[in-house]
Amino acid sequence: MALVTYIAADGRATAVELPAGTTVKDGALQNGVEGIIGECGGNAMCATCHVYVDDHWLARLAVIEEVEDALLDDAVSPRRHNSRLGCQIRISDALDGLVVRMPEAQE
Amino acid sequence: MVIIGAGHAGVQAAASLRQQGYEAAVTIVSDEQRLPYHRPPLSKELLSGGDPLALRPESFYADQQVTLLRGTRAQAIDRGAAAVVLHDGTRLPYDQLILATGSRPRRLALPGVELSGVQLLRVLDDGLALREQLRSGSRLTVIGGGFIGLEVAAAAVSAGLEVTVVEALTRVLARVCSRPTAAHIEAVHRAWGVDLRLGAGVARLLGDSAGRVCAVELSSGERIDSDTVLIGVGAQANAELAAAAGLELDGGVVVDATLRTADPRIWAIGDCASFPLGAAATRRRLESVQNATDHARSVAASIVAEPQPYTALPWFWSYQNDCRLQIAGLIDGHDRTELIGDPSAGSFSVHCYAGQTLLGVESVNAPREHVAARRLLSGEGA
Repeated sequence: MALVTYIAADGRATAVELPAGTTVKDGALQNGVEGIIGECGGNAMCATCHVYVDDHWLARLAVIEEVEDALLDDAVSPRRHNSRLGCQIRISDALDGLVVRMPEAQE
Repeated sequence: MVIIGAGHAGVQAAASLRQQGYEAAVTIVSDEQRLPYHRPPLSKELLSGGDPLALRPESFYADQQVTLLRGTRAQAIDRGAAAVVLHDGTRLPYDQLILATGSRPRRLALPGVELSGVQLLRVLDDGLALREQLRSGSRLTVIGGGFIGLEVAAAAVSAGLEVTVVEALTRVLARVCSRPTAAHIEAVHRAWGVDLRLGAGVARLLGDSAGRVCAVELSSGERIDSDTVLIGVGAQANAELAAAAGLELDGGVVVDATLRTADPRIWAIGDCASFPLGAAATRRRLESVQNATDHARSVAASIVAEPQPYTALPWFWSYQNDCRLQIAGLIDGHDRTELIGDPSAGSFSVHCYAGQTLLGVESVNAPREHVAARRLLSGEGA
């Protein structure tokens, strides 16, 4: 399990316990956290689960793959150095405490 | 506001209406009991054992004050009284009505289609039933070499089944892809061990004494032993409600550039809508998540603010095992293709032109090309 904190664009924070193996995108959807859509179902085909990952955690994530990298350029909100797709961040115990921030808009 | 249909289009319409500040009551009428779910996985992850994926969590509907009527069928639209009549006779009055009724698989008038073990794939229950059949049987025959059929074939062959795909035309994906892309998809399927029968007609389906399908008989007389048969030969719009209400049909529910029917209170979006698209304003119907959700956003803006034309660039995806196909634009009518990259390396794009005009780009395992194509084709520059 890992405690993951989602911070909405307006600053509202929601912390949820997520089981290892799920993704940041699914964790938001299953817990009713708004601000992540996942229109393509989590296949890195759209860019509607865009999140900004707190720097402390950024280096602990799996390396960004080309599909994700390409799509982030197409996200509605500006891409930053810490932009990732929530569907590609898989939760593990090592990510206990992860903090992600949602962008202003996903669509 | 009443929305008929709880697929990608209907649910997104409710979400977008709220997002854009619509404050009046919103009711979604769904003929399924299940919480509305993602459709693309039905021919992919679900078959490999994945869980159904809800479009939005159950809390979304309460939080957004969207009434979701599950297991409820719309029986008629009473345009004079501006009310939807439900199957139990209840009348739902509306100010605005959005038809998001989707499409359903075409049926084949073949002898034997009623046998058990013969599947269509439309709703989650179909996907779950197909998954069970793929677990109990070892030989799958797919009729139709379109996206649905090929995706199911890919999942099934990966699961160790013997898979045959029977396509009446001489190539797969004939309506949706260029020749080079279709040729690549054929090659990868054959490499996975799928037996592709192109230019092959089906005469009938044969059953055993228990009424279960056991073989597909081709027009040539050849029999392909089969435990399960999936029919994936295209879809037709669910437009009967609109037709019965006197709205015009043209393969789907006819709408103008703002996705509104001739009745100013009724709109149609997603798979069921026949809408004008592109510079030539050719009327067409598209079946995709992108079309459903972008229609929904556009119609919400038209209702909340001013009616606005729908102009989003169509894009599509399919993935078949390790082959990710992404298409930007609509390639029908192309007379020339340009290949970029190397199909034998498994990563390439096909640019489809009519004369000098780029109509669309198909990318296989080339996500950067796809994203660039989407920008280029939607006029945002490369």
